[in-house]
Amino acid sequence: MEKSVYLYLLLAAGVIYLIRMLPLTLIRREIKSTFFRSFLFYVPYVTLAAMTFPAILSATSSPISGAAALVVGLLIAFFDGNLFRCAVGCCGAVFLVELFIR
Amino acid sequence: MKRKSSSSPFLSGIRDGIPIALGYFAVSFTLGIAARKAGLNAPLAGLMSAAMVASAGEFAALGVIEASAPYLEMILTSLVINLRYLLLSCSLSQKFGPETRFFHRFFVGFFVTDEIAGISFAREGHLEPAYVYGAGTISVPAWVAGTVLGVLVGAILPPFLSSALGVALYGMFLAIIIPPARKEKFLAVLVAVSMLCSFAFAYIPGIRTLSSGMRIILITVLLSALAAVVKPRTEEA
Repeated sequence: MEKSVYLYLLLAAGVIYLIRMLPLTLIRREIKSTFFRSFLFYVPYVTLAAMTFPAILSATSSPISGAAALVVGLLIAFFDGNLFRCAVGCCGAVFLVELFIR
Repeated sequence: MKRKSSSSPFLSGIRDGIPIALGYFAVSFTLGIAARKAGLNAPLAGLMSAAMVASAGEFAALGVIEASAPYLEMILTSLVINLRYLLLSCSLSQKFGPETRFFHRFFVGFFVTDEIAGISFAREGHLEPAYVYGAGTISVPAWVAGTVLGVLVGAILPPFLSSALGVALYGMFLAIIIPPARKEKFLAVLVAVSMLCSFAFAYIPGIRTLSSGMRIILITVLLSALAAVVKPRTEEA
């Protein structure tokens, strides 16, 4: 049977939306448990940190430029903290390093 | 993490959404290239990005389409790859003020990406839905535009450019998690340990065969629970 791309996309989009929307609508009140409050407080930090490393090393055409982006990103995030400058700085680091290693 | 400016939450959302939009444009461009390979045309790929707004989730979905896998596999794959949004949404549910209406919770759900959730957590005080809408208003169109353009001209983008643009989102992640970690040593340790675990999990036999999405979920659940036991937060959400 020929599979429908539309149905594939509908299924994937539906699942993703439900995953995102259900906790927001079902958890209406403030969670009282200190453990769960603390757990949820830490979730974004752990998730974003784990997503960044080591994935950043394989996001570019060479692990060296990926590592350069990581170092530059850490430095800008630490000393400056601006979202935009940090993102652009990482891109610039990759660009410069790849000029030399090509 | 961030100062609350005097401007409206919607405008603040747009302002904070600009770097997200740029990063999205770059990443979704590579997504468009992958979509083309999977046989999707530009409008269809744009539709996919508009409906999902999920990088890893969309790449995984393309893999399923390319393989002509059973529909059930699409459901299960989407469930597993995107499960971390469940955790982020649970966390975000606590950031709303008690007066937040149901329909706002319903619509905000659409915008729970790693990046928009990230800046929303960084917002001081309760989260205004308008802030999320502002960030989404500028970044989701960029996500869709990048995808469409990737399908159309992906083949002619110089590799050095796509390589450089590909790290924009990681730069943003760092800008979200590092400044609070600078102020609080425990968070710095937690961030470092999370990265080390993620690195180790990519190599440990057995665990490394899990999908990257599954590994992220494992690390998030384990380390957040551990952190909550070691250092319970009594002061804030």
